[in-house]
Amino acid sequence: MGAQLRIYRRRMRSVKATKKITKAMELISASRIVKAQQRVSASTPYANELTRAVTAVATYSSTNHPLTTPSENPRRAAVLIISADRGMAGAYSNNAIKEGEQLAALLKERGLETSSYLVGRKAVNYYRFRNRSIAGSWSGFSDTPTYDNAKEVADSLIQAFVADSSTDKFGVDEIHIIYTEFKSMLTQNAIAKRMLPLEVVESDAPVPSGLLPMYEFEPNAEVVLNALLPRYIEARVFNAMLQSAASEHAARRRAMKSATDNADELIKSLTRLANAARQAEITQEISEIVGGADALASASTGSE
Amino acid sequence: MSLNVELVSPTERVWSGQAKFISARTIEGDLGVLPGHAPLFGVLVDGVVRIDSVEGDSKEFNIQGGFISVANNRVSILTESSK
Repeated sequence: MGAQLRIYRRRMRSVKATKKITKAMELISASRIVKAQQRVSASTPYANELTRAVTAVATYSSTNHPLTTPSENPRRAAVLIISADRGMAGAYSNNAIKEGEQLAALLKERGLETSSYLVGRKAVNYYRFRNRSIAGSWSGFSDTPTYDNAKEVADSLIQAFVADSSTDKFGVDEIHIIYTEFKSMLTQNAIAKRMLPLEVVESDAPVPSGLLPMYEFEPNAEVVLNALLPRYIEARVFNAMLQSAASEHAARRRAMKSATDNADELIKSLTRLANAARQAEITQEISEIVGGADALASASTGSE
Repeated sequence: MSLNVELVSPTERVWSGQAKFISARTIEGDLGVLPGHAPLFGVLVDGVVRIDSVEGDSKEFNIQGGFISVANNRVSILTESSK
């Protein structure tokens, strides 16, 4: 076998091996998207009920809770970026990180410092490589986040929020979150939202219209709000993590699908090249044989 | 008249359906809810939530902290974990 042909065959073998891997990853991600979506929808009733409750309490109580009133003189904002632990998901992590850069630029314009809270190894590595300060980081659960993970993250955010930003260098006045919204199998967008102080409340289901009832608070509005808001933040973080996980799987599935398609394409063109090389080899051998036979024939006629 | 009840945790909807009586423990003590209760929002402590469904059976859930909100015969109980 000619050297050229051997090289083509070797490359084809390696591309085929890669294709098997990407195909497997595509199938795994595809099956995980469904599970991740189910987890998102399983968490929605709780999130909706909580949103309703927070809206009701915030609307009908006159208490000026620090978690609901914006600081007059904000100094620092926390930005929580949710990214993936593993790569092979196309631009998924990069999109979230880029969105974070944009938000940081926007905050800087307003004269705010940013302290970064990162979820997922990709974002952590990005910040570490650039020697930026990280206020908090968590990783190892990006594809199946649990409520406890969300709680851990939310706790440290709330702690930073409650601390006074003028005296404490870890204190923040605003909390922003960046996650990848799972719109459909095909569309996922990295978006930035302000969590605290409370902004327009978002929920999938429209908040029931009409007046919210005048609640009686047990024991009183302030205690209720105190207990409610941390849970609300946890639920928001949890929901963001679940949506990001679903988006991560979708992004990975898409990236692996195009990798598989590219491998197919490559195998096709390598096969053509290998065939041409084989044909060229055969042609050459034939012409060598014919040439040799001719030479023999002309040599023997010459001797007679 | 019955209560439309939802008991939800962050990861799932634990129980939902029609009930005629609910008891739960708030910070200030045990609380019973019957149909027609005034709008109320309470903070729950660790304890048992009892739901008597309209079919006549009674269910008990151990919850670890949470909230109860009652309005227009609609009761939602939010808890971080229930068993």
